[in-house]
Amino acid sequence: MNIILSIMKKELKTYFNSPIAYVVIGVFLLVSGWFVSTNLFIIGVCDLRVFFQIAPLIFMFFAPAITMRLISEERKTGTIELLVTMPIRDSQIIIGKFLAAVILLATALLFTAPFGLILMFLGDIDHGPFIGGYIGLLLMGSAYLAIGVLGSSLTENQVVAFIVGLAISFIFFMFDKISIYIPAFLSSILQYFAIDFHFENIARGVIDSRNVIYYLTLIVVMLSASVAVLEGRKQ
Amino acid sequence: MIQIDKLSKYYGYVKAVDDITFSVNKGEIVGFLGPNGAGKTTTMKVITCYMLPSSGKVTVDNLDVVEHSLEVRKKIGYMPESAPLYTDLNVVEYLKLVAELRGVPKEKRNQRAKQMIEVCALGEMIHKRVGALSKGYRQRLCLAQALIHDPEILILDEPTVGLDPNQIIEIRSLIKELGREKTVILSTHILSEVESTCGRIIIINRGKIVADGRTEDIVAGFSGSSLITMEFALPTPEATIAIRNLDRVASVREIGYVAGGGWQIRIETRDNIDLRYDLFRMAAENQWHLLELHRESASLEEVFQILTKENAESSLN
Repeated sequence: MNIILSIMKKELKTYFNSPIAYVVIGVFLLVSGWFVSTNLFIIGVCDLRVFFQIAPLIFMFFAPAITMRLISEERKTGTIELLVTMPIRDSQIIIGKFLAAVILLATALLFTAPFGLILMFLGDIDHGPFIGGYIGLLLMGSAYLAIGVLGSSLTENQVVAFIVGLAISFIFFMFDKISIYIPAFLSSILQYFAIDFHFENIARGVIDSRNVIYYLTLIVVMLSASVAVLEGRKQ
Repeated sequence: MIQIDKLSKYYGYVKAVDDITFSVNKGEIVGFLGPNGAGKTTTMKVITCYMLPSSGKVTVDNLDVVEHSLEVRKKIGYMPESAPLYTDLNVVEYLKLVAELRGVPKEKRNQRAKQMIEVCALGEMIHKRVGALSKGYRQRLCLAQALIHDPEILILDEPTVGLDPNQIIEIRSLIKELGREKTVILSTHILSEVESTCGRIIIINRGKIVADGRTEDIVAGFSGSSLITMEFALPTPEATIAIRNLDRVASVREIGYVAGGGWQIRIETRDNIDLRYDLFRMAAENQWHLLELHRESASLEEVFQILTKENAESSLN
């Protein structure tokens, strides 16, 4: 556990010592702020629904941007060689790095809280969907980040890592959007695999264990795959 | 301390290390020598648990690198080729991070980091970002991180590559110093490096060990002849003739007068034997005016060339 925390702290230091964290948080606020404010000022609707609707798409681009350097950079500079020859497990490395990315994402989300507070002040906002929405965002965002970690572990090129992360995320994003092309019985199964399907449920304010389990499973599968890829060097 | 038994390592179909066996005892400084791509780094990567062996067994302190990987890693300090470091931390932060990951107890981390800064002479650089360090300091910092947990074994992959001559000498003397308490394996393709630092060398070529032993023994064992130079005060052609008639002499060449010296002849022996005493006796009996008598064996360079070339040729056939 200490090892995981040490790695997490190191990655956070790297994020906040470099422009990465500030660019990611800044641009995220800019984009999400745009959707919240158009909704409020132009359409005149006082809730976060539009923001929550667009979030799965925004995350699809932001998550791999956060995670792309995590492992690929270590592979490129060779520091991975030192890291994996220390008396620590590969899984500790992956989890530590993943947690750092989650904290960065959570920080970005925290800065969007004023949007909610302003809306609460201006109108009568429903607390259930608001809280549920944020829990859902964090869960879904973490799942996207886990996918991004896998992308990063596959290559030593950060751009490739970004694209691979984006591509896998896109597949999970599309599962419930291709239902018109496939038989009905399949589409309900595929829908279950879709990354934003579960988020929509949570964002309605209903936290169902099935949805939570989906995200946790996705995270575990993606991180395990990353560990397996990292261990592949040994062969 | 380190036992390597019939180790082979393949990359796909390419055999990088081919059935090598050797062991390193506690307190030895072993120089791992070979041309580029000979399998030095691969062997080190297996010992440090970066990679698994394709076949064979590697144990460190009787612990298998596959089954007891974590325990083995605790005993080893590793400095990979090209000294990879986290460039966005400063020197102290970096050393503390490594100490943390290496499991140095919290209360000792500061002290260890300070000691390493002292040992590796990083004092002026402590608040610099690692990315801003010069090559020499990076190399030292990488050595410092390998030492921070006070390991019993040090594995150094080309520790002096890219350094200027003064830095090379510093690093070498540091390694020598460390070798008093620790077991060190260092790889290099600079021959003078092993001659000056290592008690024992292992020459590896195309994945196979071609020589293993003390430097002097290897040189003696593999050179077919030795050269003896005799210098006389006056030209002594009768000496040339007399020595040429000796059994174990392959050839005698008259060099003549050399600048600032006497008249020289050079004698090549058939085997790597020392004829100096016999030659001295001859000179004394015949009353030649002998000024100098000295013997050169083949150098490590020559032996290295012979060993690595022969193998390259034989594997082509």
